[in-house]
Amino acid sequence: MSLGSVPLKYKISIDRDQCMKCMRCVDNCSYGVYRVEDDKILIDSRKCTACHRCISMCPRDAINLQERPVDYRSHPLWTVEAREDVINQARTGKIILAGMGNAVDYPIIFDRLVLDACQVTNPSIDPLREPMELRTYIGKKPSKLEFTKNNGDIDLKTKLSPNLKLDTPLMIGHMSYGAISLNAQLSLAKAVAKTGTFMGTGEGGMHEAIYPYQDHTIVQIASGRFGVDIDYLERGAAIEIKVGQGAKPGIGGHLPGEKVCADVSCTRMIPLGSDAISPAPHHDIYSIEDLAQLVRSLKEATNWEKPVFVKIAAVHNVAAIAAGIARSSADAVVIDGFKGGTGAAPKVFRDNVGIPIEAAIAAVDQKLNDQGIRNEVSIIASGGIRNSGDLAKSIALGADAVYIGTASLIALGCRVCGNCYRGLCPWGIATQKPELVNRIDSDVGAENVANLIHAWTLELSELMGAAGLNSIESLRGNRERLRGYMLDQGLLDVLKIESVGA
Amino acid sequence: MAEPLVIDAKGMHYTPLNRQIREALASGVKEIVLNNVLGQRFIGNGLRGDAKIIVNGVPGGDLGMFMSGPECEIFGDAEHAPGNTMDNGALIIHGSAGDAVAHSMRGGKVFVEGNIGYRGGIHMKQYECKRPILVIGGTSHAFLGEYMAGGLILVLGIGHEPAVQDRGIGSGIHGGEIIIRGDVDEKLLGVGAKKVDFTEEDLENVAPVIKEFCERFDIDPKPFLDTNYSKIVPASARPFAGKYTWE
Amino acid sequence: MCGIIGVIDRTMSRMDGSHIKRALSLMDERGSGEGAGYVAYGIYPDYADCYAIHVFFDNLLEPKTKVDAILKQWGRIVHQEEIPTYEQPGLKKEHIPWRYFFKPYADLMVGTTNPDDDNVTHLVMKINSDVEGALVFSSGKNLGVFKASGWPEDVANFYRIEDYEGYIWLAHNRYPTNTSGWWGGAHPFNLLDWSVVHNGEITSYGTNRRYVEGHGYQCTMLTDTEVVAYLFDLLGRKHGLPSEMVVEALAPPFWDEIDEMPEKKEEFMRALRLTYGPALMNGPFAIVVATKDGIVGFTDRIKLRPLIVGENGSKLYISSEEAAIRTMDPDVETIYMPRAGEPVIGRVVE
Repeated sequence: MSLGSVPLKYKISIDRDQCMKCMRCVDNCSYGVYRVEDDKILIDSRKCTACHRCISMCPRDAINLQERPVDYRSHPLWTVEAREDVINQARTGKIILAGMGNAVDYPIIFDRLVLDACQVTNPSIDPLREPMELRTYIGKKPSKLEFTKNNGDIDLKTKLSPNLKLDTPLMIGHMSYGAISLNAQLSLAKAVAKTGTFMGTGEGGMHEAIYPYQDHTIVQIASGRFGVDIDYLERGAAIEIKVGQGAKPGIGGHLPGEKVCADVSCTRMIPLGSDAISPAPHHDIYSIEDLAQLVRSLKEATNWEKPVFVKIAAVHNVAAIAAGIARSSADAVVIDGFKGGTGAAPKVFRDNVGIPIEAAIAAVDQKLNDQGIRNEVSIIASGGIRNSGDLAKSIALGADAVYIGTASLIALGCRVCGNCYRGLCPWGIATQKPELVNRIDSDVGAENVANLIHAWTLELSELMGAAGLNSIESLRGNRERLRGYMLDQGLLDVLKIESVGA
Repeated sequence: MAEPLVIDAKGMHYTPLNRQIREALASGVKEIVLNNVLGQRFIGNGLRGDAKIIVNGVPGGDLGMFMSGPECEIFGDAEHAPGNTMDNGALIIHGSAGDAVAHSMRGGKVFVEGNIGYRGGIHMKQYECKRPILVIGGTSHAFLGEYMAGGLILVLGIGHEPAVQDRGIGSGIHGGEIIIRGDVDEKLLGVGAKKVDFTEEDLENVAPVIKEFCERFDIDPKPFLDTNYSKIVPASARPFAGKYTWE
Repeated sequence: MCGIIGVIDRTMSRMDGSHIKRALSLMDERGSGEGAGYVAYGIYPDYADCYAIHVFFDNLLEPKTKVDAILKQWGRIVHQEEIPTYEQPGLKKEHIPWRYFFKPYADLMVGTTNPDDDNVTHLVMKINSDVEGALVFSSGKNLGVFKASGWPEDVANFYRIEDYEGYIWLAHNRYPTNTSGWWGGAHPFNLLDWSVVHNGEITSYGTNRRYVEGHGYQCTMLTDTEVVAYLFDLLGRKHGLPSEMVVEALAPPFWDEIDEMPEKKEEFMRALRLTYGPALMNGPFAIVVATKDGIVGFTDRIKLRPLIVGENGSKLYISSEEAAIRTMDPDVETIYMPRAGEPVIGRVVE
């Protein structure tokens, strides 16, 4: 017996009175929703992903999109998604892959945290008039300074390790060339160079178009070691070892052969059209001392001139793992929460494995503080940071800086349709098709992403000024300036904050 | 030819040792002899050029990692992951080596006279003219060529009958080839690996590698040019393609 | 809110408490009658080599038995007595102030170059967090804090502050915001040699507190000022930074100023900020810190609280108001306003 089809996810309709048949929708839709027959635009709604490309390009606002136009019998347990997944797997017998981040309706802790502001007992600071310092150094710091005294002169004996200097505590996380297009990556690179911050290359090597911005890149070395050679390591301002990722903790990555075009193959140093498989673990890291070995190996290979970060997914025991990493000569720990985005992840992992970044930051910060080494290593947080409020709260919980991913792609046009894995991104982001990639002008893209970074930076300054802080160090880990709103006591204890009103 | 630079590594930490090597190469030294090496990690790490480094003793882990050009000849055993993510050049090991030999190696040669541990040649990969080669004179433990994406692994199995007796050969292999002297029991093959006929053409292809290996270790190559081998290759270039469905 | 004043006689000639009492009372407009206090250095010459441990007891039974036991376990009580007090109509005696003169057993604290001080620090943290009904509010050698809830003159009369003679005095007139006027919340705050009076509010308190807590201190006074004493102890005593450098760590120059400095100085300041970032103090503050060797006064980096310095011969005054200085010393010769973040230091000359 056939299972039959499931209802449409989206229904597209065109207001024919408004439509001037300019055909922009037909040209722009890479999923094939529109076709022209006898001078009429026909619609196949089943192909629609709600990417909004057609809507955004329609000069007459003639296109309408409706989500879930067909009702199921409502049921609180057997949601539409639950039923459709069962049907899909009954049909295929396979693991379901999904794009973008965790799509389960978990409570968002950021939205239950509120920031503080000054009233009377201390003045708020207007960042337009008074100094406001967001400069952030990422890297190893000494536990204390040592000096030598020569005839009254005090000389610094402590030698500082190399640190990255950020003008704002906000970086763009790792999205590889391959996962995203060159024009998308180039836009990000130009944007971080413009705003005095950094971006991750992802595990995919570095395309030569990025070389002019290499001083603003963090090169990644992941379990597949794609595109990794000594030149690559030397190009980056820092090196990041990717152990895990919030969207799919505990499993590897997989770039399907169809995305491995000539340029991607060259950058990753693998044959055209072959699958690029990143194993789940690094096969030279089966234990924490192996991680220390890889950290030191990278430092030796680059003459101890580069900070080395280690990125892990936020999992239950994240604090203890981070404390282990902190002892490994690593300069920064990157924690990626379970709301982090991705091009493709098995849905069951994306939606069920890992913990939220807010709790992970607090736990890691606390553990490192308990051990008296918090300031010696930097914490970079990522996974679901949507605005400057999330940024400020992350820092108050204990992060040194954050990585954003999805937000930077939205700044390039992404509408979070979640079909990145299909390689047909009509915005030219998650695709390698030249005609789609060309839809991004990297100068315009860079402008938009830089605007976003600039705007968040301004807002962060305003938030800090209102809280009477003129230096980012004084916000970091300052949980006195956070309160929990409708959070349970268990979570308040983990976050080490008080309830509102307390 | 200039006299080699001799460094007594006895009791030295690897950082000053490697710095000394790096500085010597930068100043134009072409040959370095390291004596009394014992456990110093990362020797040859990230070095470029065509220098030769002779290591007398037992170097520590990640020997020649990211190395791109030089040749290291080791008179002694090697520890964990020699040739890790190596790019070019050669490691000639007059002894045995630990686990994960030639991990993610992208080019150049690793010759091990004796045996290797587990997961040798794991995730070796090739691209255009870069084709890494791992040759093992003795035998290998399990998961040889796991996740292999390119390159050549050759096991001569000197003194071992059959040459490899451990399981999981080529588990997850999706590129490259594993060639083992004699027959290999089917049940030792990992998921995604298959045995194919070893042809005359194959022998022609590996003959130069066999000769070079034997020459380096002063072994008579004849018996190895006139014997049968098993060739193990991927069952598919996309072993995991059928695992997923889209949302 | 709050008024502060400090004085040092750099020749270590001692002054009785009557002058500073008048000066502090002059700044009553800055307080609310809910807390005042004094600290004086050099007041216990007979017990100069003992730690003078001042404790507020809620009663002399349980809490005192416990404190006695802890002290006897960790050292020797050379002498102890109730601190003499004199009933004041405007001041309710909520605690019994007590003092111990104490010598710790150095061999009980291992792995430190400074076992006596670490021993006493440990005891103070232990008593204040574990013993209900006891609060150590002063623990240095040859010095003592005298504080309570009330107006400055009442507190001064309660302890008869004029009966003590010291070469350094700090005093504080409180207008509380963080905690109501409990005795422990009054300034000065003290740990070992370090005493702090503070006007303002430390907006970075959460960060500073986490930093000192990561290094073995426990904040028990429910107010932001105590963290300053611990920061000075950590940076000044344990890490060995000179006082100027501690101030530079707590109120460092701005990055754009550091960027302009000559290379060596730039590297030094950058190292200081990177290493001691969590110690950086933010928000409006004027602070005077004393040790047995001198006093240092400084303000926040954008000068949100007043601070005035006066000098007369061997005497250096630091206060919230010039009038308070002139009340203490009508003949003061020099009066000036220090720059934001700039340490004003008065050191004893041997």
